[in-house]
Amino acid sequence: MKVVVDMNKCQDHGQCVFAAPDVFSMDDDGHLAYVPDPADALRDEVEEAADVCPLQAIRIED
Amino acid sequence: MTGRILVAGASLGGLRAAEQLRAAGWTGAVTVVGDEPHMPYNRPPLSKEVLAGKAPFASLAFTPRSAAQDVEWRLGTKVVSAGLAERTVALDDGSTVSYDGLVVATGVRPRRLRCPGPLTGRHTVRTLADAQRLRDELTRPGARVVVVGAGFIGCEVAATAVGLGVAEVTVVDPLPLPMVGPLGALLARALLRRHEERGVRFALGVGVTGFEGEDRVTGVRLADGAVLPADVVVESVGSVANVEWLEGNGLDLSDGVLTDELLRVGGRPEAIAVGDVARFPNARYDGVPRRVEHWSIPTDTAKHAAKSLVAHLSGSEQELTPFAPLPTFWSDQHEFRLQSFGAPVLGLDDVRVLDGDPEGDVLVGYHLDGRLTGVVALGGHAVATSAARYRAQLLKQPALTS
Ligand SMILES: Cc1cc2nc3c(=O)[nH]c(=O)nc-3n(C[C@H](O)[C@H](O)[C@H](O)COP(=O)(O)OP(=O)(O)OC[C@H]3O[C@@H](n4cnc5c(N)ncnc54)[C@H](O)[C@@H]3O)c2cc1C
Ligand code: SF4
Repeated sequence: MKVVVDMNKCQDHGQCVFAAPDVFSMDDDGHLAYVPDPADALRDEVEEAADVCPLQAIRIED
Repeated sequence: MTGRILVAGASLGGLRAAEQLRAAGWTGAVTVVGDEPHMPYNRPPLSKEVLAGKAPFASLAFTPRSAAQDVEWRLGTKVVSAGLAERTVALDDGSTVSYDGLVVATGVRPRRLRCPGPLTGRHTVRTLADAQRLRDELTRPGARVVVVGAGFIGCEVAATAVGLGVAEVTVVDPLPLPMVGPLGALLARALLRRHEERGVRFALGVGVTGFEGEDRVTGVRLADGAVLPADVVVESVGSVANVEWLEGNGLDLSDGVLTDELLRVGGRPEAIAVGDVARFPNARYDGVPRRVEHWSIPTDTAKHAAKSLVAHLSGSEQELTPFAPLPTFWSDQHEFRLQSFGAPVLGLDDVRVLDGDPEGDVLVGYHLDGRLTGVVALGGHAVATSAARYRAQLLKQPALTS
């Protein structure tokens, strides 16, 4: 599974980090970091993260 | 599985319901009926980045999940009535649709002020069309703006207007402080100061009695007799739930549609409500049914309610748990962000600074009987991170029932 975050949209809300901590994290400056090619087993988590992102910045490409 | 689930309302709640019905295994038809002409779009930026012109209107569209590709969208169409006993709805194009399952997702609309005066020049902010009209007027040189209502949306619009360089912005509210109802005095005072420092004026503790002007508004008359000159007025004085189409079914529609702890309507397992329109008990708290106008709620309610609806329609005897979401909301005003977790409003009588201080970045905790009910962070990244730590604690707490 491929995950793309539109960093022009992302405003570092961090909601995705709560939903999918294995894929999304905040670096020391409070900016989003993420795994672009997570295992398929994490699909539910990543879909949840995409749902809860207030800026709708997360796209899942199958 | 055969049959049809009809979703009334095509915004965030309706979209998430359609997606979650598929995720819960429903393979029958799904029809979403919405009176706006657009596919579901995101509302929060309408008072923030899109109103400010920092993001295009086109960026608001949601991308529906691929599993929901075969959902039928009947847009620009209004549901005018429903017969819950017959399981039918009537649409404004004259057609009647029967359903096996019903999702109520018709949200809310802005409450309007009833006082006398012209209508032209007075705005609300709920829809794309609203925001487009308001943006056109705010970007005219020299615009003087009066915002009626110092809640979140009013304060966001005031901040955005200042950022757009309008001539002046005044926020009017009968309460003594902005956003004091949901946040309490400590944060409300800090927010007032921040807004004033950035050029927003306030007329607090005074209501609006009327609007001046012939064809269009030229001023806002206050209860103390003062008149604020205005070219643009924004009314942000709360909302009214869109439930008229449900009348005549014996439902409690006193403030939105009342649901049980599984988000079912009128005790019917085949009818559920999601999003802003649903007045639901939260098993995490006192079990008192409330409507919650937070962006996270349409998704949370849709996830929970779709499961119970599909379980019923497929005849499975699945054990269903009461709905118990952890509320969360944010608001962006000027360059600062408010981030809330839990239910601050249940702990307004015992408000403590948990981190930082109200002059700068601050994390505030709300307590009931000594227990934390919610936290709100105001400021930048560090304080938001400390709020996130309390989020875990709030999630773990046992239910706050007495
Ligand atoms: C300007 C603004 C800023 C916001 N900012 C924030 C924020 O910063 N943080 C936050 O947490 N929340 C925010 N919110 C709240 C959030 O956007 C809402 O909670 C969310 O949109 C609710 O979604 P919903 O689908 O339940 O209802 P709605 O979005 O109201 O959707 C209901 C839909 O149903 C349609 N409809 C109504 N009646 C009928 C009918 N009879 N037949 C057919 N269709 C009908 C309506 O036209 C509408 O399209 C904001 C809201 C606004 C308006
Ligand atoms: S939730 Fe969205 S806006 Fe927030 S950090 Fe994640 S991608 Fe960015």
